[in-house]
Amino acid sequence: MSDLNKLGLAEARDALRKGETTSVELTEACLKAIDAADALNAFVHKTPEIALERAKAADARIQEGEAPAMCGLPVGIKDLFCTKGVASQAASKILDGFKPEYESTVSQQLADAGAVMLGKLNMDEFAMGSSNETSAYGNAVSPWRRGNDDAQLTPGGSSGGSASAVAADLCLAATGTDTGGSIRQPAAFTGTVGIKPTYGRCSRWGVVAFASSLDQAGPMTKSVRDAAIMLEAMCGHDPKDSTSAELAVPNFEAMLTGDIKGKKIGIPKEYRMEGMPAEIEKLWADGTEMLKAAGAEIVDISLPHTKYALPAYYVIAPAEASSNLARYDGVRYGNRAVLEAGDGITEMYEKSRAAGFGQEVQRRVMIGTYVLSAGFYDAYYNRARRVRALIKRDFEEVFAAGVDAILTPATPSAAFGLGEMIDADPVQMYLNDVFTVTVNLAGLPGIAVPAGLDTQGLPLGLQLIGRPWEEGDLLNTAYALESAAGFVAKPGKWW
Amino acid sequence: MSIDQNTAAKVAKLARIKVEEDALPALAEEFNTILGFIEQLNEVDVEGVEPMTSVTPQRLKRREDVVNDGNQQDKILSNAPDAREGFFAVPKVVE
Repeated sequence: MSDLNKLGLAEARDALRKGETTSVELTEACLKAIDAADALNAFVHKTPEIALERAKAADARIQEGEAPAMCGLPVGIKDLFCTKGVASQAASKILDGFKPEYESTVSQQLADAGAVMLGKLNMDEFAMGSSNETSAYGNAVSPWRRGNDDAQLTPGGSSGGSASAVAADLCLAATGTDTGGSIRQPAAFTGTVGIKPTYGRCSRWGVVAFASSLDQAGPMTKSVRDAAIMLEAMCGHDPKDSTSAELAVPNFEAMLTGDIKGKKIGIPKEYRMEGMPAEIEKLWADGTEMLKAAGAEIVDISLPHTKYALPAYYVIAPAEASSNLARYDGVRYGNRAVLEAGDGITEMYEKSRAAGFGQEVQRRVMIGTYVLSAGFYDAYYNRARRVRALIKRDFEEVFAAGVDAILTPATPSAAFGLGEMIDADPVQMYLNDVFTVTVNLAGLPGIAVPAGLDTQGLPLGLQLIGRPWEEGDLLNTAYALESAAGFVAKPGKWW
Repeated sequence: MSIDQNTAAKVAKLARIKVEEDALPALAEEFNTILGFIEQLNEVDVEGVEPMTSVTPQRLKRREDVVNDGNQQDKILSNAPDAREGFFAVPKVVE
C-alpha cells in the first residue's frame, strides 16, 4: 500500500486486521511525512523511538488477535496532555524543559488501546487563543492556502497543531482539547472533524488545566467514523478526576447508521449574526436542506441568551485560569527567572511569571484576578455564573421540547492569515468562538463537520450540538451530514 | 467602570506578574476594552437565578480519608528549578 499516512483510522484499522499493512509501516509513513513538514510547525516534540517501539508492540498484539480498535494506529498528542518522560509544556515558556513523571489518563487510555504516539503537537499557550499565534513554539501553519496565494493561514486554535497535522496527513488522527471552541474551530478551518464530548466524558487528569469547568478533551480526525472510534477510546470514568462521569461508554461506531429519519433538528435564530458572510449563511442553509432531505424534521428554535455567552465566558474562563495558573510560581516545576541580589520570594514569583507567560496568558490571568478581586466578585464573577445558568437553561428548554440536535455554523468566517489580526483588539479575536462557546458553558457535546469550500477554496464547517451524554446520536447525525455534504477536498502539498 | 494605571498596577501585583511602569497605560486600556465587552452582562435579568457551580448536576465524589499515594520525593523534585537535600529551594522568605 502507498501513502499510508493518508489513511483514516477506520481504513487503517481494517487494513491492519486484513494483514495488508503493519503498524510499523503506518508509523514509518507518518514519521516520514512529519519530517518533511517542518514548515507547518505542527509537531513540536517528535518521539520516533517511542512510536516505533509501540508500533512493534501493536503489531505483536494484532498478530495475537483480540486487539482494540485503536491498536497500531499512529496519532499525535496535543502538547497540553502530560506524557511521561516526554516534554509537555502547554506551548508555554514557563514549562520549558518540563518532563512529567506521569501520563494523562486520556493519553494512557490511548496507549493502553495500542495507539502509537508520534509526538506532541503545537497549540496556543495554555490553550488560550484562536489562531495558534500565542505559542512559545511559534505559529502552527495551516496546510491550506487561498488559491495560489502563498500567504500563510492559521490552522485555528487552540488545537492548531492537531488540526494542521491531521489535515496534512502527518498522522491518522490527533487529540485536542476544547474550552471555548479549541477543537471545533480549528477542525472547521482545516476541513477536518472535531468533537468535544459532554463535560465529564473524558478525564481531565494530567491535562494541563486552563478553565476546569469548561475544559474537555476530544479527537480530531479525518472523518466522523474515525471520531467515533477514537472518542470511545478516550472516554470513560476516572476516579482521579472528581468531575468524571460514572457512565458506561457506548460503542459509538456501531451507532453510525446514517438514519436520521424523524430526528428533530433545531435552527437557532440567534446564531444569525449581523454581518455574517453570505458564504456562511449559504453553507448553513445548505446543511439544513441536507438534513431535511435525509428525513430530519427542521424546526426554528430560540436560544435567547446566546449573545451573552462570549462575555460570560470571558469572565469565567479567565477567573478559573487565574486560579489554575497560580501554580506556575518558579518553585516546583518550570522556569524560574534569574534573580538579582536582594530579590525575595515575591520578586521571584513576579519575575518568573512575567518572563514565562506570554502576553495573552498574562492578560487573561490579570483579567481573572480582577473579576475575582474583593468588591468585583459579585458584579463580574457571580453575575457571569448566573448568566451561564440561563444559557444552559435555554438549551434544556429546547431539548425538553423534543429537539435532538442543533445545527449552526462552526465559525463566523474561513481561516484568516497569520498576522492579519495583529492590530485587532483582543475582543475581535475572541469573536472566533461566538458559535462554539455556548456549548462549553452548557457542558454539551458539539461536533464540527466539514461542509464546503469558500470562494477562495478554503474549508468551512458546520457545528452540530447534541443532548448531554448522547454523543452516539450526535455522531450519527454528523455522519448523515458528512455523507450528504460529501466533502473530499484536500490541501495541495506546498510544504 | 474604568480602570486607571493604579488599578492596573494593583491587579498585576495581585496576579504576581511584574509589569514595567511604562507598560501600564497600554495594559489599563486593554483591560478597559475587555471589561467594556463584559459590561453587556448587566443587561441580563438574573433575579432569582443561582450562580452555576457545576454544569452537570452532581455531588462531588468522596473517598476514604486515607493515604493512597506517596513516597516519591525524587519524582516530585525532578522538575524543580532548584531542589536541595530533598526540598524545594526558594529565596529567603523571613528576614
